[in-house]
Amino acid sequence: MSKYLVDKFLFTIDRDPELVERYREQPRETVEWWEVERANAVLNCHAGEASTWLCFTDEEREALTSHDHVKLFELGAHPFLTLTLFIAMFERDHGPLEYQKAYGARLAHFDLPYPDIAT
Amino acid sequence: MAEVVAVIASTHHPFYYRASTATGEDRPPFADEWVRKITAFRETLTKANPDVLVMVGSDHFHQLWLDNMPQFLVGKAPFYDANWYNEEREFGLPRMLLKGQEDLSAHILRAGLDEGFDLAFSNELRIDHSVTCPIITLRPEADLPIVPIYTNIFAPPLPQPKRFVQLGRAIREIVESWPSHLRVAIIGTGHLSLELGGPRQFGPHGPDPEFDRKAVEWIATGDLDRCLAEVTLDSLHSPGNATHGFMDFMLMMGVAGAGQKADHVDSLDLFHTMEAYFTWYPNGAPR
Repeated sequence: MSKYLVDKFLFTIDRDPELVERYREQPRETVEWWEVERANAVLNCHAGEASTWLCFTDEEREALTSHDHVKLFELGAHPFLTLTLFIAMFERDHGPLEYQKAYGARLAHFDLPYPDIAT
Repeated sequence: MAEVVAVIASTHHPFYYRASTATGEDRPPFADEWVRKITAFRETLTKANPDVLVMVGSDHFHQLWLDNMPQFLVGKAPFYDANWYNEEREFGLPRMLLKGQEDLSAHILRAGLDEGFDLAFSNELRIDHSVTCPIITLRPEADLPIVPIYTNIFAPPLPQPKRFVQLGRAIREIVESWPSHLRVAIIGTGHLSLELGGPRQFGPHGPDPEFDRKAVEWIATGDLDRCLAEVTLDSLHSPGNATHGFMDFMLMMGVAGAGQKADHVDSLDLFHTMEAYFTWYPNGAPR
């Protein structure tokens, strides 16, 4: 139901260098802050035009706070968004392509068709 | 009327810039061959001596987002800032500033709407690597004005493959109807089989070499009938979860025209995807 919001979280964090670092170091605090302060911002509108109804499910919130890219894939998060943000956060800790290959290997139990990414 | 002097289709591998500029131990073993192929590909555009570039690509959730997602969008601005922080971060892509060709943008928008394509437009468009990678590979001087055209191959629901072909045909006719003496090259980038964020990503080859072989054959021979018979929105999941970008190649087949054999065909089997390069000269190869 709130797949869009998961994508919106990944999208907005990925575009901001400070938020990338904050989400890497303090995932639970960042997710909680973002859901309260940023989730309902209507992008490209001024600050007074917020929506009122967007929130994560418990499962989505937990997947985001635990950096669980396998669960996010299962929930239908857009795989490009998850991958690029997670590369930004974790590739630095590994050798060339090591992180990306391990990332794929952890998804090996998924068969076609993959979870639906339509929002 | 304007003359279409070259139609060019390619992949847009964002690692090319870093691989081709790396030196010493940082230079990957495939870089020299990749540079040779790109240099030959670049020459096909240089020989055509264009004045304007129409650039078809797909935004990667940079400028365009799910709160307001167009299917097809034409940029109409005097200048375009290019490349984004996360592309600089991951691929080392440089920030760029490209000139726009607003008269041709306006013509494509007016004529495209009149032809039945409900094109979105943007007067303030920051473009990303689907447009800047072919600038880097084909026109690194970045000295020609552009008209960027973005397609949605990324955020379901997507337009049907035949719609990409139809739009390609229309773009060709519209550019040729532009009341101008300028020489136009139409350049578009897409994907062959590709997986991103899934279990088949970053393998030693693209995830589906058999699809890649067929796709290169379809494009090289302009075999739109067979391509449209075999490709559907559903079938494009099988060669890899990012393979819907192949529809931008189909758009360029529409630009080139059914049955038109490409004058330049080349490919390079790289880790994680197959690079592919095609050039058509509608009025014969330039001397």
